[in-house]
Amino acid sequence: MNKRSALAFAAAGAALSLGLSACGGGGSETKPADGSSAAPAAADAFNAGLEAVFNPSDKKGGVLKMAISEDWDSIDPGDTYYALSWNLVRIYGRSLVTYTPAPGAEGRKLSPDLAENLGESSDGGKTWTYKLRAGLKFEDGTPITSKDVKYAVLRSMDKETLVNGPTYFNDWLDLPKDFKSVYKTPDVNTDSAIETPDDQTIVFHLKKAYGGFDNFAALPGTIPVPKDKDTGVKYREHPVASGPYKFDKVEAGKQYTLVRNEHWDPATDPIRKALPDSYEISLGVNADDLDNRILSGDLHIDLAGSGVQPAALGRVLGDPALKARADNPTGARTWYTSIVSDVAPLDNVECRKAVIYGADRVGLQNAYGGEFAGGDIATGLMPPSIGGWKKLDLYPTGTGDVEKAKAALAACGKPDGFETIMAYRADRPKEKATAESLQQALAKVGIKLELKGYPTGDYFALYAGKPDFVKKNGIGLATNGWGADWNDGFGFMSQIVDSRTIRESGGNYNISIKDKEIDAKIDQIFTETDVAKRDALWGEIDQRVMEQAYVLPSVWSKGVLVRPLGATNVFVTGAFDMYDYLNLGVQ
Amino acid sequence: MSAPSSFLELRDLRIHFPTDDGLVKSVDGLSFQLERGKTLGIVGESGSGKSVTSLGILGLHKGGRAKISGEIWLGGEELVTASADHVRTLRGKKMAMIFQDPLSAMHPFYTVGAQIVEAYRIHNQVSKKVARKHAIDMLGRVGIPQPEKRVDSYPHEFSGGMRQRAMIAMALSCDPELLIADEPTTALDVTVQAQILDLMRDLQRDFNAALIVITHDLGVVAELSDDILVMYGGKGIEYGTAEDIFERPEHPYTWGLLGSMPRLDRERTERLLPIKGSPPSLINVPTGCAFHPRCAYADRTDGRSSTEVPELLESDGGHLVRCHLSHEVKRDIWENEIKVNLEPS
Amino acid sequence: MVTYIIRRLIGAVLMLVIVSMVTFSIFFVVPRIAGATSEDFASRYMGRSADAEMIAVTAEKLGFNDPIPVQYGRWISGVFVGSEFDTGATVEECPAPCFGYSFIKRQPVWPDLVDRIPVTLSLALGASVIWLLGGVATGVLSALRKGTIFDRAAMSIALAGVSLPIFFTGIVSLVIFSYGLGITAPGGSFTPFLENPVEWAYNLLLPWITLAFLSAAAYARLTRAGMLETMSEDYIRTARAKGMQESRVVVKHGLRAALTPILTIFGLDLGLLLGGAVLTESTFSLKGLGDYAVQAIVTNDLPKIMGVTMVAALFVVLASLIVDLLYAVVDPRVRLG
Repeated sequence: MNKRSALAFAAAGAALSLGLSACGGGGSETKPADGSSAAPAAADAFNAGLEAVFNPSDKKGGVLKMAISEDWDSIDPGDTYYALSWNLVRIYGRSLVTYTPAPGAEGRKLSPDLAENLGESSDGGKTWTYKLRAGLKFEDGTPITSKDVKYAVLRSMDKETLVNGPTYFNDWLDLPKDFKSVYKTPDVNTDSAIETPDDQTIVFHLKKAYGGFDNFAALPGTIPVPKDKDTGVKYREHPVASGPYKFDKVEAGKQYTLVRNEHWDPATDPIRKALPDSYEISLGVNADDLDNRILSGDLHIDLAGSGVQPAALGRVLGDPALKARADNPTGARTWYTSIVSDVAPLDNVECRKAVIYGADRVGLQNAYGGEFAGGDIATGLMPPSIGGWKKLDLYPTGTGDVEKAKAALAACGKPDGFETIMAYRADRPKEKATAESLQQALAKVGIKLELKGYPTGDYFALYAGKPDFVKKNGIGLATNGWGADWNDGFGFMSQIVDSRTIRESGGNYNISIKDKEIDAKIDQIFTETDVAKRDALWGEIDQRVMEQAYVLPSVWSKGVLVRPLGATNVFVTGAFDMYDYLNLGVQ
Repeated sequence: MSAPSSFLELRDLRIHFPTDDGLVKSVDGLSFQLERGKTLGIVGESGSGKSVTSLGILGLHKGGRAKISGEIWLGGEELVTASADHVRTLRGKKMAMIFQDPLSAMHPFYTVGAQIVEAYRIHNQVSKKVARKHAIDMLGRVGIPQPEKRVDSYPHEFSGGMRQRAMIAMALSCDPELLIADEPTTALDVTVQAQILDLMRDLQRDFNAALIVITHDLGVVAELSDDILVMYGGKGIEYGTAEDIFERPEHPYTWGLLGSMPRLDRERTERLLPIKGSPPSLINVPTGCAFHPRCAYADRTDGRSSTEVPELLESDGGHLVRCHLSHEVKRDIWENEIKVNLEPS
Repeated sequence: MVTYIIRRLIGAVLMLVIVSMVTFSIFFVVPRIAGATSEDFASRYMGRSADAEMIAVTAEKLGFNDPIPVQYGRWISGVFVGSEFDTGATVEECPAPCFGYSFIKRQPVWPDLVDRIPVTLSLALGASVIWLLGGVATGVLSALRKGTIFDRAAMSIALAGVSLPIFFTGIVSLVIFSYGLGITAPGGSFTPFLENPVEWAYNLLLPWITLAFLSAAAYARLTRAGMLETMSEDYIRTARAKGMQESRVVVKHGLRAALTPILTIFGLDLGLLLGGAVLTESTFSLKGLGDYAVQAIVTNDLPKIMGVTMVAALFVVLASLIVDLLYAVVDPRVRLG
């Protein structure tokens, strides 16, 4: 029996006995690295890819195979809002700046990409200037100019056409009032927002100062789009490449194939290695099958980057050889329960605290899958990978502190407890488990929860994220989660703690935090140009959120990723907390 | 084992079925003879073994669970020991059967013609065209109007009587020497019954076949039979000419059958005299005479009827009876107790 | 027979109209009864950054403010004459038959469906042939050898086959046969039949067998029961009394009758399957209609869900129509009624 079949029988056995430790699974052969890379090489061990490059290599050639169990919003760089997509887009598109391809926290640092340097700010942080490198070309050989970047940014702001992307440019750029979109009002002068004094220079003008603008410049929205190739919604059928790979085949919902872009010049690109000859990306692959294929070496990367399914998790953690192939990064994502501060009696901070004291924090961790698949018990809203994070220790993290909870209830004037409604996404088993854990734990302190499940698709639009629905139905607790757009305080917190983002029409991700003090701190942050001071302020906001007990955090999300067999330069980037897709190679 | 002179002869035929509850002795030592051109009526209640006997003659129990012993001689051939395949080649050709309820006995998906053609072509190497012509001929002979049209009809498009005619046509299609009709008229209404019986009588004469008519209805055998065999509990209990059975019946069970026979010449209001009790279990056959629990005259046998199995003995001139009562006693009971009640008042 | 066909055809068309109304109601009327507004409908098609004003504009643009019958009429008319959708940048054509336009994926639904039908068709036809032949053969043998070891073994396997979920058997067989032994294709493999028939069959072998196993088990049980019943019919005795060979009795008289109800179920099963073998397709990552439906449901893409539902309904109605007609051919008694 060869190694492949040995693995398969072990795998099948494990699948059959559901987690019985498989015999001789392994397949953990690691060829010695070529040694040509300067990055530290990692040995085959659990979490080896978190802080070091695993299997570093400069060997070119081969097909890198990626797959995803569902699909993401779009491959149009102006129309996408998925972390995996922002990670992947960089193989075919180059933004002004991007995240440094390096393991761990180093990966959160920005490097210039199209631009020669990071942004140069003037006007107290309201004006940002970038200079493009020379010799940049699109896949058809036409040169890339600053006007293509400007066009790309402007088109990405048309939320009627390109509905998916973020709205940072819409919110911050100083556009003339009569500008609607590049499609409807193509002739309106937009120099008040973006200037292109020459083909190499692009200047952004903001409505108000923002010291972190480089993070905006790293958005896929700054990936250049040639105006004459823009087909609006159809651009996703073939985004024009500026990076080392171009789309060969785009079969929506099925498969993408990328091949080398001959017009990409490595001389213009210090950060990309461009190793594989092509990429094959399969969509809608069965999630369990996907895990099995990665374990067997048939596939390299699960694009979603969120970790293996429960079926494979038992195998991976239970088999030392497989576990040595796994990485367990903490993502910039927190799963938490909003404690709605304007639904009585939770309008009283003591009653809110009673909920946190009473909660079984270990039970909540288990609801999300425990230490490895779920994550570490969160003591604050902000996850540790966000700048300015500091460890908070306001509440016990055990299985529930009945005495403290009862004391808080007494202080709230509800010594016998109260009743309220808890919302969760009905088709998410982990959130259901969260709700059930809370229901049980809080019953011990006299807080009676009635659980109500709502459909995921409309959870924020129609239910938990719609203020009048929440009030009318007396929803006191609503479980949800949030991941950072990018890993800094602004990227994580701005959408979920600023009360001024709350819209009556629904669709809010901030369900419970309506605090003047926090709003004031956010305003302070925007005018602050010093990164360290900004970060410190975000940390203070996190502390305030917990002091006021606006949320009950469950876990800082973790996932178990499996390093591919036969792939090189594998590491977890701190920018996305998944494998960095920029420089993967095939052995 | 020697070949008999008669055309059909059964010798001590036993057909037993092993079941989870025990051995079912459906036929248990049956013997009779029949010549070509003659008709034998086999009469009995359901479960008396008459249908099992007919299927046994056709060899349809072969290969099944049934345990068969004894001898069946047909035209000089012994069938019990013959191979299943050989008996199959005789079936439909040398011996054919007309079943009760032709609606269920004919395949609902095939036309009547096709089913006759099929029967004919199994035993005759002819083209479909020839077979079809033969089928039309046969349908005509059994009195189906417009046979060239009706040959393409499905069984459900026929009336009950027509179906039975078609069934007869199918059975006769290969010119069989032995024809067994199992309850041929039971499913039909009275006027049609008479027509079918007439038809069968005519055809038997034309074909010069030996005919066995199996029925629970003495009226039917009265119309057709030369000889009559009365069966009870898997055994023959009385055998004789039609005259013997109708004029001088000697078995109390036969008397019961006669008493329960509706007759056109009797008043409708007159009560029939059903036989008390129910047919015997074929697994735990009553000791002694199988009929004794239901027999009104069992007390006149000095208790022998419940202990001793009676032999089938000749009472006079080929008239056989299986009963412990003496010839005289039986004659007396028949004349003075039974017959008077059966006469039209 | 002609009136029978016409009557059945009219019935089929009526059924489709009813299905279209019910489907439309489920997705566009029921949510309204539950309190959803036009904006709520529109917000499904907007990104997570859309504001209220944008959503209101979209709701108006997509016609969610129109009366329900108007919306239904527009949808139906799209099927016959096509329609157009303003995406902001361009006006997208959705030529007839326009079974909806996905505002999330920005493409008409019909070409997607057309693209995916061959996959589902290949999967369904191959699997159904295997399960019909395998199931019926096993069932017949079991019935004829009732009570033997073969019968008992076959029926135990059949019970297991019926009870094992396909996402389990599928994943396990992939791990063993594709990734372990390497004798079958990995998940997601598909080659169009016209491109390379051998590869087509090779790629689909495992999904076929896995899917067929499930149904073959059910069909074996059905066939066995049907055969046992049929073989005790009077007409079987008649056939034997004719002197017919037992094998012909079994096939021509027994199986013919026993198969008729099985064919009915088979037709409907096949029709259902053509609408998407949901579990098999998602287990084996095959891009058929079932996978399409799953993706549409996961992303709450109503036009896609509607489109695929209608196509699935069409297949079921067509299949039941064909079954009815076939039934009339097979069983002459039906033609009367």
